[in-house]
Amino acid sequence: MTIISELARWAIPFILFFVPLYGYLHKVPVYETFVEGAENGFKTAVKIIPFLIGMLVSIKVFVDSGALDLLINLLRPLFLAMDWNPDLLGIIPLAVMRPLSGSGALGVATELIHQYGPDSFIGRLASTLQGSTDTTFFVLAVYFGSVGIKKHKYALKVGLLADAVGLIASIWIVSRVFG
Amino acid sequence: MVNLIWLVMLICGIIVAALNGNIDQVTASALQASELGIEVAIQLMGVMSLWLGIMHIAEKAGLIRHLARISAPLVRKLFPSLRADSPAFGPIVMNLCANILGLGNAATPFGLKAMQELQKENPDQETASPAMITFLALNTSCITIIPATIIAVRMKAGSANPVEIIGTTVFATGCAMASAIIADVLFRKRNGL
Repeated sequence: MTIISELARWAIPFILFFVPLYGYLHKVPVYETFVEGAENGFKTAVKIIPFLIGMLVSIKVFVDSGALDLLINLLRPLFLAMDWNPDLLGIIPLAVMRPLSGSGALGVATELIHQYGPDSFIGRLASTLQGSTDTTFFVLAVYFGSVGIKKHKYALKVGLLADAVGLIASIWIVSRVFG
Repeated sequence: MVNLIWLVMLICGIIVAALNGNIDQVTASALQASELGIEVAIQLMGVMSLWLGIMHIAEKAGLIRHLARISAPLVRKLFPSLRADSPAFGPIVMNLCANILGLGNAATPFGLKAMQELQKENPDQETASPAMITFLALNTSCITIIPATIIAVRMKAGSANPVEIIGTTVFATGCAMASAIIADVLFRKRNGL
């Protein structure tokens, strides 16, 4: 594990060291080329603003109004019917929040970890779930928005299916490994 | 489908707020979210500029081409519609690497760059191409070896072993990724692509 975390710590400094040096040795005008590329960062960030705002408004109204809590309550019987560990009910807010909002999900996960304890069943499950799925709606809006794609076809279905599988797999493996 | 979900979240939110007697919350939330959108975009602007600048150097120096060639046998299979020498492979691979290492901030610029390259080969500029959807599916379900943020949260919460969830995370994300790839291939076949 220490090797992996060291790798993560060194990855970015290594890239910042290696790429410009390699470029210079291959006769690339490094500073000018950097600036040329960086210019696109500004343009791309501006282009995604409408898509970001559209997504965030809808999600925030849904969450703040209490509609999310309502949805969670509606899902409760479904979880109970599966005859799973009753502790599992605690994970529903995170499961629903995860595809919608990255910062929202991190908030919910942090709350769960503190409320139940990091080494509890829910704490471990929340950690696993948080690490194993991504904010599907955000990625979809931003990535497609940046190039002006308006028709998404089956992209959302694939993304949400992966989220659902990630949830089920997390529950299964955490129950298995930590009992 | 996105249209419908977007509308349902907005309408349901407003109806629930009205029923709960806190309709003012809708106004406040909508305005806050608009401001948040700008904040997120401005934060992205800096990271994006940094990584797109570095990547432009890597491109000019031929590094991206090398990277794409090394990883080609595996990644190319997932994108049958792309030319074997497509310039999209470089940023796709860099995005996946950044995701695997849990470098979330660095992953987004590479992902957006990949989308721009994919868009150049897309016959219909308003409709997502199969390759774009495959890339998105890989991106949202990508294996993460180091879930750094959540390890930090566990550490702060006083966990006896903050990193013990790495194994379960890799397993869960592996299942999610496999199902995304399978579902993507099935959808593609159903759509005759």
